[in-house]
Amino acid sequence: MVNVTTTASSSTSAAGPAATSPTHAGTRFTRALGIITIAAMLSLAAFGLVFSPADVVQGESVRILYIHVGTVWVAYLAFVITAVSSAAFLWKRTTSLTWDRIAGASAEIGVAFMALTLFAGALWGRLSWGTFWVWDARVTTTAFLFITYVGYLAVRGLGGSQQQRGRRSAVVALLAVLEIPLVHFSVKLWRSVHQDASVADRTTNVTLDGLMLFTLMLALVAFTLVYVWWVLLRQRVLAMQDALDDKGLDYALAERRREVTADALPGSVR
Amino acid sequence: MNAAAQAVVPLGVEPVIRLVEAVAVLGKFPALAGTTLTVRRGEIVLLRGANGAGKTTLLRLCAGLVPLVRGSGWVVGCDLATQRESLRSRVGLLGHANGLYGDLSVSENVRFWGATAGAARHEVEAALERMGLAGRLADVKVDRLSAGQKRRTSLACLVARRAQLWLLDEPHAGLDATGRDDLDATVRSAALAGATVVVASHELERAGALATRVVDIVGGQAHEHAAEPAPRAEPASDTDGRGLQ
Amino acid sequence: MNAWQVARLVAAKDLRVELRSRVVLNQVLPFAGLVMVMFAFALDKDNILQRVSPGLIWLATVFSLLILVQRTFAIESADGALDALRGAGVSPAGVFFGKSLALAVQLLTLEVLLTGLAVVLYSASFSPGGAVVMVATVLPATMGLGFVGTLYGGLAIGASGRETLLPLLLFPVVAPVLIGATRATEAALGAGGAATSDGWPWVALLTVFAVLFGVGGSLAFGPLIEE
Repeated sequence: MVNVTTTASSSTSAAGPAATSPTHAGTRFTRALGIITIAAMLSLAAFGLVFSPADVVQGESVRILYIHVGTVWVAYLAFVITAVSSAAFLWKRTTSLTWDRIAGASAEIGVAFMALTLFAGALWGRLSWGTFWVWDARVTTTAFLFITYVGYLAVRGLGGSQQQRGRRSAVVALLAVLEIPLVHFSVKLWRSVHQDASVADRTTNVTLDGLMLFTLMLALVAFTLVYVWWVLLRQRVLAMQDALDDKGLDYALAERRREVTADALPGSVR
Repeated sequence: MNAAAQAVVPLGVEPVIRLVEAVAVLGKFPALAGTTLTVRRGEIVLLRGANGAGKTTLLRLCAGLVPLVRGSGWVVGCDLATQRESLRSRVGLLGHANGLYGDLSVSENVRFWGATAGAARHEVEAALERMGLAGRLADVKVDRLSAGQKRRTSLACLVARRAQLWLLDEPHAGLDATGRDDLDATVRSAALAGATVVVASHELERAGALATRVVDIVGGQAHEHAAEPAPRAEPASDTDGRGLQ
Repeated sequence: MNAWQVARLVAAKDLRVELRSRVVLNQVLPFAGLVMVMFAFALDKDNILQRVSPGLIWLATVFSLLILVQRTFAIESADGALDALRGAGVSPAGVFFGKSLALAVQLLTLEVLLTGLAVVLYSASFSPGGAVVMVATVLPATMGLGFVGTLYGGLAIGASGRETLLPLLLFPVVAPVLIGATRATEAALGAGGAATSDGWPWVALLTVFAVLFGVGGSLAFGPLIEE
């Protein structure tokens, strides 16, 4: 019993944070990745806006799809990573907050890209369907995902200790995994009763020629690179913030201990 | 540091509270800044200290309500870092808030909190009696009570819970003279029956007379008081059923 | 004490608090009734009201749920009772089920009132088969709402005192119940020409929802209210 080391102290001992936490957000790897990502995005811009042809049916508006498909893919990927990291954190809660920070970083990027998705999707919908919004199961579920993860980020911001933040937000992320299929299924069942074929299925009517298909693939790759790059950076920034909190605790502890000598003086007033 | 802590513990006698360099935070503020404290069974320990010294956080840490951030600690045989949920049922905390339901009567409140610890009806009645709440007051809604009467009710809930370790945060506050006498008598008899009591109080004459030991809390750290009061009631033997394991 | 004993104790306590204080009876039920009248003001035409009455019943329920959840945790946080419950070391799953059950009982009262008002104010009417579907709808829907209300209420109010966070967390989760219960009630009332048997798939969905969040909530409640 005596040699049981406390779990919290092992990761936050006085020497720990400075030794193990990053001091810069970037590493050589993220810098290289950043250059590749920027190059990929620039070429996507070139292919998407210049080289690829306009669609026979949809005209120039098809170019929005390169952004729309790329961002929605990243958003869904981000939320899956958040769920998996949250499960991993609860599984190995006592070892490290890294999983928690990956979950948080991924959700932040997911929410941002989901907002872009909804925006680009609404624009494209207006041009090709004549309406900004349709009550399609997929579209509705996507909107609910967005709101749910906005709520998740709010829970992350509730304060408390790092362990408490980690455990609480991981539980909320796993509850979202429970919620989303139910939302999707109920909306789907609802639309199947009240409407014939989903209007969003018309998306698949776009006939992609070779160059358009290539551009679409390039979009997926480029946006995935953006995601990986940003998650790595953001996760390291969060690690630095946590380390700063630990440093702050060291400082506050020293400050607090000095109260002893101040209080020992007779007649001292606090 | 664990070796040092073990050195002060006599072989075979597990202290009820053992904290070694314990750190606990409120938000980002280290309310406890490396507290080392050992409390043995049957002791009545008075925690003394200015406002903001860390007395309340120390009690809440021992009640398993505040996480241990650094250092180590064991309370009633449970590791604070890993088992703080399981120690709670054996510890009773009287906090700043009374934890009462204002719309329920005194006896309903005591019955509810007694039931969470599996207290039988006669134990609830005895607790009400003990704090002078039997009779007319028992059926009064808690919202209608005075501050002192609420405090008595909260104490009765604590008595009904029959904890091994009593953690009292300013228990005298708001109580009248008879209330204080009832409280002191209750605490003494609990300690005689083998319970351990830690009291944080500013009422030094009152609590000082009650205590077997005084600990000063300054800047989130514990300092043993040099001149201990004369030892009082010896703890009862291990056979009374409230011993640790 | 095992979890079920805790659940019974907590549910009995919450219901007794309501019996003594009558807050839900005197304040929340009149509010829900008022919402039904306001809907009638906003949606003027009689035949529209009859057709959308299932949706209005459940919208009024969901809005009232928000107030009920705030009330059920105000009881706990007024004098540090939730803290004391944690400190008492009782099973968090038991507290979760107890509070959910008490919440569900209050919701049920509310839904009976709202359905009655829909019959009176919006001239909704049931066939005998429709009444069976309605009962089968209300029970799982109410349990589901009780579970998610307690779960997210504990997180938003119990643990951190952020009432304003509650709707943001609660309403997206409640969406399947709103959709499912509304469609099933449409079937029960025959609103918009729906057949009674159309209600059963929705009853199944509501049951799945209640079971999933009953199990998930009992596991999640403890960590969510913990410091």
